[in-house]
Amino acid sequence: MIIRGHGRLQISRFHQYYSIVSTPLLIAVLLLLTAAAFELGRRRALQVAGSEFRTLHSLPRYYGSFTALWCALPAMLLLGTWLAFEDKIITSLVVADLPATYQALSESKLNLIINDLRNQLSGNVVSQELNPAMQAAVDHYGSLRATSNAALAVVFLSVAMLGMGMAWRKIAPNFWARNRVEAIIKLLLIICSTLAIFTTIGIVLSVLFESIRFFQAVPIFDFLFGLEWSPQTAIREDQVGSSGAFGAVPLFAGTLLISVIAMLVAAPIGLTSAIYLSEYSHPRFRAIAKPLLEILAGIPTVVYGFFAALTVAPLLRDMGTNFGLDVSSESALAAGLVMGIMIIPFVSSISDDVINAVPQSLRDGSLALGSTRSEMIRKVVLPAALPGIVSGMLLAISRAIGETMIVVMAAGLAANLTVNPLEAVTTVTVQIVTLLVGDQEFDSPKTLAAFALGLMLFLVTLALNVVALYVVRKYREQYE
Amino acid sequence: MLNQKPAVRLENPAKTNDVSPPSPVQNREFDSKTVGCVTVDKPIMTTRNVDVYYGGKQAIINVSIDIAYNEVLSMIGPSGCGKSTFLRCLNRMNDTIESAHVTGKIELEGHDIYDKKTDVVTLRARVGMVFQKPNPFPKSVYENVAYGPRIHGLARNHTELDEIVQTSLLRAGLWDEVKDRLSQPGTGLSGGQQQRLCIARCIAVNPDVILMDEPCSALDPIATARIEELMDELRQNYSIVIVTHSMQQAARVSQRTAYFHLGDLIEVGETSNIFTNPQDKLTEDYLTGRFG
Ligand SMILES: Nc1ncnc2c1ncn2[C@@H]1O[C@H](COP(=O)(O)OP(=O)(O)OP(=O)(O)O)[C@@H](O)[C@H]1O
Ligand SMILES: [Mg+2]
Repeated sequence: MIIRGHGRLQISRFHQYYSIVSTPLLIAVLLLLTAAAFELGRRRALQVAGSEFRTLHSLPRYYGSFTALWCALPAMLLLGTWLAFEDKIITSLVVADLPATYQALSESKLNLIINDLRNQLSGNVVSQELNPAMQAAVDHYGSLRATSNAALAVVFLSVAMLGMGMAWRKIAPNFWARNRVEAIIKLLLIICSTLAIFTTIGIVLSVLFESIRFFQAVPIFDFLFGLEWSPQTAIREDQVGSSGAFGAVPLFAGTLLISVIAMLVAAPIGLTSAIYLSEYSHPRFRAIAKPLLEILAGIPTVVYGFFAALTVAPLLRDMGTNFGLDVSSESALAAGLVMGIMIIPFVSSISDDVINAVPQSLRDGSLALGSTRSEMIRKVVLPAALPGIVSGMLLAISRAIGETMIVVMAAGLAANLTVNPLEAVTTVTVQIVTLLVGDQEFDSPKTLAAFALGLMLFLVTLALNVVALYVVRKYREQYE
Repeated sequence: MLNQKPAVRLENPAKTNDVSPPSPVQNREFDSKTVGCVTVDKPIMTTRNVDVYYGGKQAIINVSIDIAYNEVLSMIGPSGCGKSTFLRCLNRMNDTIESAHVTGKIELEGHDIYDKKTDVVTLRARVGMVFQKPNPFPKSVYENVAYGPRIHGLARNHTELDEIVQTSLLRAGLWDEVKDRLSQPGTGLSGGQQQRLCIARCIAVNPDVILMDEPCSALDPIATARIEELMDELRQNYSIVIVTHSMQQAARVSQRTAYFHLGDLIEVGETSNIFTNPQDKLTEDYLTGRFG
């Protein structure tokens, strides 16, 4: 780091100070403390029990774990909250100290200034020379951070020691350490499992709020039932351009068309291959064929995409010419066919599992009555497995609806409202992508439309998944 | 005849109500070390020198035995001695096991059931099977019983099918209990009812022989008594081969008893004789509880 002038020197000293008690270091120290706490807790348990170590309520290692958990968890909790709020509090303190002229600035300008301050502090080059007011702010910022950091280190370590000490003092032969440890572990498991749920809720909420902003600009009725999609709005005031039409029907129609084509490919092929694999094939063939089939699911969708665009689409076009049909070079058919191939493993793998789950005794019962194999499959195995198969199909459909890459490359961007699979169509996901790539303002209806589309898509796939889960549960009940 | 659908039952001379025990024949034209009355006068099924292998392991060793018309033949023996394996040979259910290999000759009314020209579907329609665990299909009671007649085309219209279902349920002694719930799932019945439903399902295709593999092992004494009663009635029209672990049950329901031991058929005899006066040492040990 090149040090020029007084201000920089000071800053870099703050910077160095800051990095001495960095968070990784704190965590490393905590890990050491925790290990020590475990050993201390264990020793203490053995010591208080003395020769009567069998009278200990729990195994010594539970006392160790108890002490270790009390050392680590409160300190980590503190660290988390501290880091989450530290920046906000420091920033607001700095801003409060800025001259009145700065405070009158708009929020986005103020943010820029604060960014400058931060860059200064971490030694990055800043565009312009600093004026004295800014320099003071930088110093203020730096000193606040240093103080906060030192305070954090002290508080963090004392909380760890305190937790450890309190747990250590509690250890006695009749202290139920095992139950406490189990309770804490259960709590941790609960927190982790709810984390996923809260993430989902967070995503949904953020999409929902943006969508509401969109619906303030475009009436929800126009969006849901409008037949025309052309999201080009004027970005600048003086620009000549359409005001934009946000009717989502062509997009959903396109999505539906492609999904239907994909399912027409995937459902019969997936189901019949599942039946063959589970009922007819030799175990050795099955052991090879099933993983091979599942590899289809592992091919990156972008590879499918250029397979569709460069191989399948021209092929369809040539065949179309032979039959005197006019196939556009980007067609719903090409995208649907390739997408169908992509989701075959979803159908076949799940169908194979549920067909295998049909008890052998039912097969024996049918065969012993003199049914042929295909009668057995049609009349006993498939009806019994049907709900599971259906839910597999629904999952495959929701996969098809959400698929983007293949459609971007093979189906085109034209929002045609058509049922002709030989024409170019576009889908919801493709439009979301095109709305958001490139330089965009994030509060124009055009970009917000992406969130509304995303929300709709989410609702549709959610509904499909709920139905699928419901069906599967019904199916489980039948055999238990 | 083996390749025809069993649309109409052929009346057999032996199928009268005369159910006197079949008379044993002692002199044999085939190689067999089994003690007792292996053969009968007019057998419906004969098995000669049957060996069964699972992969390289032999599970049945040179078993020869006849099954008479209108008899209940019980098969007893310690666990793992091959009773189920042998039973499954009689309607070729062993075909469903990849590794199983059967040699020897098994005939149903003079026709080799392992012959290439034998249609296994027709064979199984004539030699029905009831399993250890009740296995009704997850369909309605009615559909369970109608399943066999439907796939074999035994009824020309709905009235005929209704009739077959009703008579089968009546014969299985289940009609009174289910006549109001024919459209409810068969899986919702009690264990004993389910097993009788499986018997009804089996007799709905009008088989000649019914194979039962420990049909009462999952049932309580009352349901067991009900099914034993039923077997005695069914004997008027069918031949029954039953595998059981209960010697009391064998004594109650069967006319002849076969004792298996480690894949060998040790002794066959009239049930009353074999229990009071076993000829072979192994049989005696098993029956007196010194083995197994
Ligand atoms: N599918 C199979 N694959 C390989 N070996 C088998 C198979 N089924 C049975 N066996 C073997 O064949 C022998 C006879 O089995 P089987 O089931 O006929 O005995 P079991 O007399 O019916 O016994 P249990 O009274 O316990 O039902 C046993 O040793 C068994 O391990
Ligand atoms: Mg058995």
